[in-house]
Amino acid sequence: MAIEVRIPTILRTYTDGAKAVEGKGGTLEELIGDLEARHPGIKDRLVDGAGLRRFVNVYLNDEDVRFLGGLETPVADGDTVTVLPAVAGG
Amino acid sequence: MRFDSLIDSVGRTPLVGLPRLSPSGDVRIWAKLEDRNPTGSIKDRPALWMIEQAEKDGLLTPGCTILEPTSGNTGISLAMSARLKGYKLICVMPENTSEERRQLLRMWGAEIISSPAAGGSNEAVRVAKELSAEHPDWVMLYQYGNPANWRSHYESTGPEILEDLPSVTHFVAGLGTTGTLMGVGRFLRERVPGVQIVAAEPRYGELVYGLRNVDEGFVPELYDPDVLTTRFSVGSADALRRTRELLATEGIFAGISTGCALHAALGVAAKAVKAGTRADIVFVVADGGWKYLSTGAYEGTLDEAEDRLEGQLWA
Repeated sequence: MAIEVRIPTILRTYTDGAKAVEGKGGTLEELIGDLEARHPGIKDRLVDGAGLRRFVNVYLNDEDVRFLGGLETPVADGDTVTVLPAVAGG
Repeated sequence: MRFDSLIDSVGRTPLVGLPRLSPSGDVRIWAKLEDRNPTGSIKDRPALWMIEQAEKDGLLTPGCTILEPTSGNTGISLAMSARLKGYKLICVMPENTSEERRQLLRMWGAEIISSPAAGGSNEAVRVAKELSAEHPDWVMLYQYGNPANWRSHYESTGPEILEDLPSVTHFVAGLGTTGTLMGVGRFLRERVPGVQIVAAEPRYGELVYGLRNVDEGFVPELYDPDVLTTRFSVGSADALRRTRELLATEGIFAGISTGCALHAALGVAAKAVKAGTRADIVFVVADGGWKYLSTGAYEGTLDEAEDRLEGQLWA
């Protein structure tokens, strides 16, 4: 078992077109580091010096990680992490 | 109830219990029926507040043209008010919105300018901002950044909920402009210690997220994450399933974004049951199902309905 990470269309250039990739780590930050090792460049599109990029939303099992613990949010095998760009509603 | 005009009848919508979907007598779910507003959606509130604020500020005078980026409901509400108050309305709307919305807008006399489907409402906002710069005499009310949007809920939706259900513990609503959550959230937080404000954000098909890069995303100017307790992303399959469940178990015929909010409300309810705490959870029925009949959301299997919704803006 691993953590499933769903990748939005605009970031699939880093995953050879894969819609979902697997990763590991005890926190979201470690997970992103693990992804970077196999998909170089992806980390820079997700985080900047201040944490998650403003227009990037990351959900752990459908809950926004900004309300869970940000990059320090604990993750575990079997979790699903979804990355989406922020879009407008209304 | 008697009102001087249709506009005066905005708000004061029913709050109804859901005895079959509520897990127990201690954990109850309540639906705020915003489809009972004059044009059939919660957007009648912010539309009216934004127009009246612009009138007070002297921005809107009879004969003016209003411009607004909208995926539908706000446009329909503005169209009704604009017609009664003597304004012209131009809506910038993504082309992947339901045919009913377009017909309704035209019916009330609004002009529609289509924006590209890819990118969803982000594109509508971008196109509207360009048009606004080219036509300085048009008045863009701009629901994503206009404080009168959240104030309409702070001054009407929130007080109505608290009056009808002083024991409210959770408020759940769809996240679009964020106006409903910001307004009701701020009102309840000031008056109900420990109240939880939960956002349910629609997760669309991939086309809608087809931005060129992640720096072109959009966060409404009204959004203040400190008002929220948490925020859930709800996919179209869950939203559809809950929309049908609400119809089948409680008889409420609602739009698809309501299923999205209900999904989050049921999640919150399950958590309360597990923790053994009391909960009175209010969620918003933003509109009825009428405008979505052509999407096929209520017919056939869930998989078929989900396929038909792919690429559509359903909230």
